[in-house]
Amino acid sequence: MELLRNLLRNSLSKPVTRLYPFEAREPFAGNRGMLEMNPENCSFCGVCAKRCPTNAITVIRKPTKTWSFQPHQCIVCGYCIEVCPKDSITMNKNHRGPTF
Amino acid sequence: MSRRTIIPFGPQHPVFPEPIQLRLVLEDEKVVEALPAIGYVHRGLEKLAEQKDFIQDVYLVERICGICSFMHSMNYCQGIETLMDITVPDRARFLRVIWAELHRMHSHLLFLGLLADSFGFENLFMQCMRCREDIIDVMEITAGNRILLTTCCIGGVRKDISAEMFSEVHNALDRVFKQLKDLHPAFADDYTVKKRLIGVGVLSMEKAVELGAVGPVAKASGLSMDLRQSGYAVYKELGFSPVTEKAGDCHARMMIRLRELDQSMDLIHKAINMLPEGPINVPVKGNPTGEVAARIEQPRGELLFFIKGNGTKNLERFRARTPTFANLPPLLHMLPGYQLADVPVIVISIDPCISCTER
Repeated sequence: MELLRNLLRNSLSKPVTRLYPFEAREPFAGNRGMLEMNPENCSFCGVCAKRCPTNAITVIRKPTKTWSFQPHQCIVCGYCIEVCPKDSITMNKNHRGPTF
Repeated sequence: MSRRTIIPFGPQHPVFPEPIQLRLVLEDEKVVEALPAIGYVHRGLEKLAEQKDFIQDVYLVERICGICSFMHSMNYCQGIETLMDITVPDRARFLRVIWAELHRMHSHLLFLGLLADSFGFENLFMQCMRCREDIIDVMEITAGNRILLTTCCIGGVRKDISAEMFSEVHNALDRVFKQLKDLHPAFADDYTVKKRLIGVGVLSMEKAVELGAVGPVAKASGLSMDLRQSGYAVYKELGFSPVTEKAGDCHARMMIRLRELDQSMDLIHKAINMLPEGPINVPVKGNPTGEVAARIEQPRGELLFFIKGNGTKNLERFRARTPTFANLPPLLHMLPGYQLADVPVIVISIDPCISCTER
């Protein structure tokens, strides 16, 4: 009986759930979706790799400068973005699509 | 003469959010004894915490639990700040409390949904989950993610909340308040809900003290103990007194959490009104040395962290004693004497978070 008003309101309104993926909500502005890296600014200092809690980033300086990233290991915490001195890593608010 | 059978309740059961096994010794339909078996989600996080440095540990500690995660990181940060004598700016302390109380609200709404599901009231479960989505949207707007906020850092918080975000917070809390007006009578006054919850899983005050119950389980038995009374973060400035009930049954444990939902909403409104301007964090220099026992009031009770640093960037020891671990002995005391059909209700009424318990 207590939920009668709630029941009548729900039966006269449309469903609350969205029909994803046909209806998708735009992510909120500060959403932590995935990392993006701009290699032009990078100085290969390796601070991001040292700070990453899950060791998702690997930076090699010799013989060739390489910055590699394992997206499935990343927990999208944003610590690398905070410590990067050249601001070469940024956060994209959209999530990575399904991969295997 | 009645026969005794042993039924394994769990580790996979539709009513559990996480796996725990209770081997129930039954005489006909009545539970005589319950033997727990835990360890299904042990991940060795305490050992892993010793291998990562103390700043990376903030992110690790947050992932001990997927329901009360912000409280873990807040407690850890408070412990390290005590060890390293860091004074957190006022704005950061208020922001931490706002996020902590939002987390408490979402956790209690999850509990209410699961409790309704445990006695078969699926519609009420769905309504609680819908209400909870408003809170989770607010957390996503302010912190960037639904549950694992990663906003707490040593020395303060990493993100600020702007005025537009605060207006979203107020709108969401208004919507939640309206929905709770429908849900409250359904939980508190409905005839069938009362029949399933009143008098089930009674824990007396003496037994609650003897067995070391914490959180809403202790408060429902009449013990007025809540760590927010100690005044950590900004609870002294906000003014706080715990809610208690006397009956000690499942209905009392549910009423405690319903009333704490209203209390959390008031605390969030007060914190937003009193929020000062200023910096949101201070730089951290050096490494932690010494031992500290940091405590915080999680949605499920008292969370205790023992942190020992030895002057290096890795901690020597990190020990977490979570409230569900403390509430397991009272649970084993509550089960005997009740029917098998009451077991899911009693187990959910302590709000078990087994991933916290087993780390």
